Amino acid sequence: MRTPRFVRSILAATVFAIAALLASLTAPQALADEDIKIVIENHKFEPSEIRVSANQKIRIVIDNRDATPEEFESASLRAEKVIPGKSKGLVIVGPLKPGKYSFIGEFNAKTAQGVLIAE
Amino acid sequence: MLGTAIILFREVLEAALIIGIIAAATRGVRNRGYWIAGGIALGIGGSCIVAAFASGISGLAEGMGQELFNASILGIAVIMLGWHNIWMARHGRELAAQASAVGKSVGSGRESVAVLLTVIGLAVLREGSEVVLFLYGLIAQGDTSTGAMLLGGALGIVAGMAVGIALYFGLLRIPLRWFFQATSLLILLLAAGMAGQAARLLTQADVLPTLVDPLWDASAILPGDSALGTVLRALAGYDPQPTGMHMLFYAVTFTIVLIGMRLAAPKR
Repeated sequence: MRTPRFVRSILAATVFAIAALLASLTAPQALADEDIKIVIENHKFEPSEIRVSANQKIRIVIDNRDATPEEFESASLRAEKVIPGKSKGLVIVGPLKPGKYSFIGEFNAKTAQGVLIAE
Repeated sequence: MLGTAIILFREVLEAALIIGIIAAATRGVRNRGYWIAGGIALGIGGSCIVAAFASGISGLAEGMGQELFNASILGIAVIMLGWHNIWMARHGRELAAQASAVGKSVGSGRESVAVLLTVIGLAVLREGSEVVLFLYGLIAQGDTSTGAMLLGGALGIVAGMAVGIALYFGLLRIPLRWFFQATSLLILLLAAGMAGQAARLLTQADVLPTLVDPLWDASAILPGDSALGTVLRALAGYDPQPTGMHMLFYAVTFTIVLIGMRLAAPKR
C-alpha cells in the first residue's frame, strides 16, 4: 500500500515537531533532592504544614499509621497516590515555584488536610 | 455522605463512560452483552486482587510501583483501542451494512470485541482498585457514620453507571451512516487521553521529565473539577494544566492512530 504524500508529510512534520519540542523545552534538572516525612495518624496529616525549598525536587515519604488506606492527593503538586494501611508511600514533587500547595487525604477529606509551602 | 457519593461517582464515571462508548462501538456483534458483563466482572475481580496487593505493588520500583503499574495498564489499553480503530477503518463499512440488516449480527466483529472487552476489564481494574481500597477503609473503620457513607457510596456508583448508560443510549441515536465514525472518533480521543494520563503517571514516577510545567492553564475557562471538566477528563484525559510531556503523548498517540486508520481504510 503506497503511503499518500500528505500522510508522509504529516509524519515528517510530527517527527520534527517532537524533536523541536524536546530540544527547546527540556527543563534544567534540579540539583538536589529534599526529603520530607509526613505521618498519617487518625486520618490527619502530621505535620499539616510543611516548608520546603523552591526549585528543587522534593521526596515525600508518607507513613500511614492508620489501619485503613488513604489517598494522598494534590492537584497543584501533581500527586496522587493510594497508601494502604500500616505502610509507607513515596511521592516525588517539584521542582516547585514558590507558593502554597494544598494537599488532602481523599478518603478522609474532612480531617486529612495540609499545605506545603515552597520558598 | 455526599462526600463519599462524589468520590465514588467520579471513580465509577471514568469506567462507565468507557464502557458506554465500547458498548455502542460493538453494536451488532452477537452476544456482546455477555462479553461486556464478563469484562466488568473480571475487572472487579482484578481490582480486589490489586487492592489486596497494593502495598506490595507500591513498594516496587523504588516506591513508584503503583504509578508504573497504572501506566502499563493504560499503555495496554491505548494499544488495544488504537488497534480497534485501525481494524474498524478496514472493516467498518461491512459492519455498518450488516448491522442495519434486521436480525443479522456480525460474526466477524468478534475479533475486535475481545480486544475492546479487555479494555473494559482494564478500565474497571484501574478505577476499581481505588474503590475497593476506599470501601475497605470505610468498613474497617466501622464507626457510626459508616452506614450513611456506604449509602452515599452506593448512590455515587449508581449515578456513575447511569451516566454511562445515558451515553450509550445517546450514541445509539446517531444515524447509522455516521455511527461507527462517531464511535471511532470517541475511541480515538479515549486512546489519546489515556496516553496523556500515562504520561502524567510516568512524570509523577520521575521516569520522564515534564518538559514544561504547566504548558498552559485553562482552569479559568474550564476548571478540572467542574461537571464538564470531569466528563472531559474521563473521555479524553482533560487536564486544565497539562505538562509538555502530557500533551506530547496525547498528540503523538492521536496522530499515530489517525494515520493508522487512514492507511488501513480500503481504497475506493
